[in-house]
Amino acid sequence: MLRYALKRFVSLVISLCIASLVIFTVIEVAPGDPASFMLGMNAQPETLAALRTELGLNTTKPERYLGWIAGMLTGDFGTSYTYRTPVSDMITARLWVSLPLALYALTLSTLIAFPAGIYAAARRGQAGDIGVMGATQLGVAVPNFWFAMMLVLIFAINLRWFSAGGFSGWDKGLLGGLHSLTLPAIALALPQAAILARVMRSSLLDVLGEDYMRTARAKGLSARQALWRHGLRNALIPVLTIIGLQFSFLLAGSIIIEQVFYLPGLGRLVFQSISARDLIVVESVVMLLVFSVIVVNFLVDLAYAAVDPRLRARA
Amino acid sequence: MMRNLILGGVLTAVFVIAALLSFVWTPFDHTSLNIPDKLQTPNVTHLLGTDHFGRDILSMIMVGARTSIAVALVAVTIGMGLGIPLGLSAAARRGGWLDEIIMRGNDLIFAFPSLVIAILITAIFGAGAINAIIAIGIFNIPVFARITRGAALSLWEREFILAARVAGKSAARISVEHILPNVTNLLIVQGTIQFSLGILAEAGLSYVGLGAQPPTPSWGRMLADAQTLVSIAPHMALMPGFAIILTVLGLNLMGDGLRDYLDPRLRVARL
Repeated sequence: MLRYALKRFVSLVISLCIASLVIFTVIEVAPGDPASFMLGMNAQPETLAALRTELGLNTTKPERYLGWIAGMLTGDFGTSYTYRTPVSDMITARLWVSLPLALYALTLSTLIAFPAGIYAAARRGQAGDIGVMGATQLGVAVPNFWFAMMLVLIFAINLRWFSAGGFSGWDKGLLGGLHSLTLPAIALALPQAAILARVMRSSLLDVLGEDYMRTARAKGLSARQALWRHGLRNALIPVLTIIGLQFSFLLAGSIIIEQVFYLPGLGRLVFQSISARDLIVVESVVMLLVFSVIVVNFLVDLAYAAVDPRLRARA
Repeated sequence: MMRNLILGGVLTAVFVIAALLSFVWTPFDHTSLNIPDKLQTPNVTHLLGTDHFGRDILSMIMVGARTSIAVALVAVTIGMGLGIPLGLSAAARRGGWLDEIIMRGNDLIFAFPSLVIAILITAIFGAGAINAIIAIGIFNIPVFARITRGAALSLWEREFILAARVAGKSAARISVEHILPNVTNLLIVQGTIQFSLGILAEAGLSYVGLGAQPPTPSWGRMLADAQTLVSIAPHMALMPGFAIILTVLGLNLMGDGLRDYLDPRLRVARL
């Protein structure tokens, strides 16, 4: 297990190195000098030069890259060109919106998908199964930002149960914060739940055909007992992998959903920074997103290997 | 099931025909502003109503179909054009350093969600339909590389490939002449699925302003325009939304139907 973990860890570090190089290069070749953008058209050459030195734009590229990496490792993401505040502070503030939103959506999608998938598998080929599968076809086809607009129309504008946008913050307590994240989380969760329900169903159907399920029935368990005690546990492995993969889709999806609900999360920060040419913020947020995706997939692989010894042997 | 294939095929055909028809005819000029007729709900003259500038929504959806289909089609072509050769080479050199590099490179692209790639590209080149195509296309490469490699790996163990090797054919020739024809069905099915994902991605990018720019009409931008007016003119949001849902649904049903029709044993990974 330790050898497998080490091997995966080395490839994790290599992936992170290459990803950071790609992001750094992309941002470096982006046109537009941040210093002249900040000072405007009529800036004095001396002021411009001073600012360029202050922002560290006069050093060589390898120096800047290593400085960026070293800074991130110590939690220093640099200083925003436009707001003149540490990028790490800006990111932390936004994470308090984006991360709870992604987790909320993941929870909702699991809560919807598990019962739906189990129900459909248990009634394979019957009306209930066909109904659930039809609903998932629709769920996959609906763009989540359009669904979000419909939720706003129904639950915010007509019924007035929720606000149409914005975030109340966590100061007023957990419930207030969750309340303003509910519609965005539902919008994010719907397509994910549809995919997850399909995976849950097909994974359960695979397991139900196994010999040990027949043994479980033969020793006197009812179909329901066999499903819950033996089937579900074995069907969960592929489902957990998909949940891990969905994390990256949720992070990326929340970028668009945050626009619909005017939520002050990472996604809005990226868009604001692009239009303000605040590339150091774009660079750091993108790296953070990619970092979390790579690390989550690493953890899923480890969890997988911990459960299934065959995977360790193969590596 | 044939029912899926027929229903999906009909839905897809409707939108392809609408897009093609829009080159020669639309009920109204989709660019002409007609303020007195603004925000009409669906009626006999304007079948799907008008927007806040009095433009005919049906005409805009027909022209928008053009953008969606073009972007998604080119993105899938990029993904197939690069992904299939990569997957074939990886399988031909299975276990070797080339295989390793290709698969690790794929993992790396997967770590960048397509929207993040789009954001990076926008940061350099600015927003636009071409950059949306590149962003969606890049994300399609590993999908096709992975599925081609996976299917090709098992084929390489088969007797008819061994026979071809004994006959003295090179790995490249075997890949093109024997492996590729045997994975085509799988690739067509995955192609329809990626096509529908491309349409969703294009709509999302245009919605946040990273996709097609005015005056190019697109479904995503129509939805962005509709957002602030959703309480007084819900049809402005409903109609383009239905267009997206029906197209994606049609393509997905067609993909499922094709899979069952071409080979009931094949199972395509749908994420």
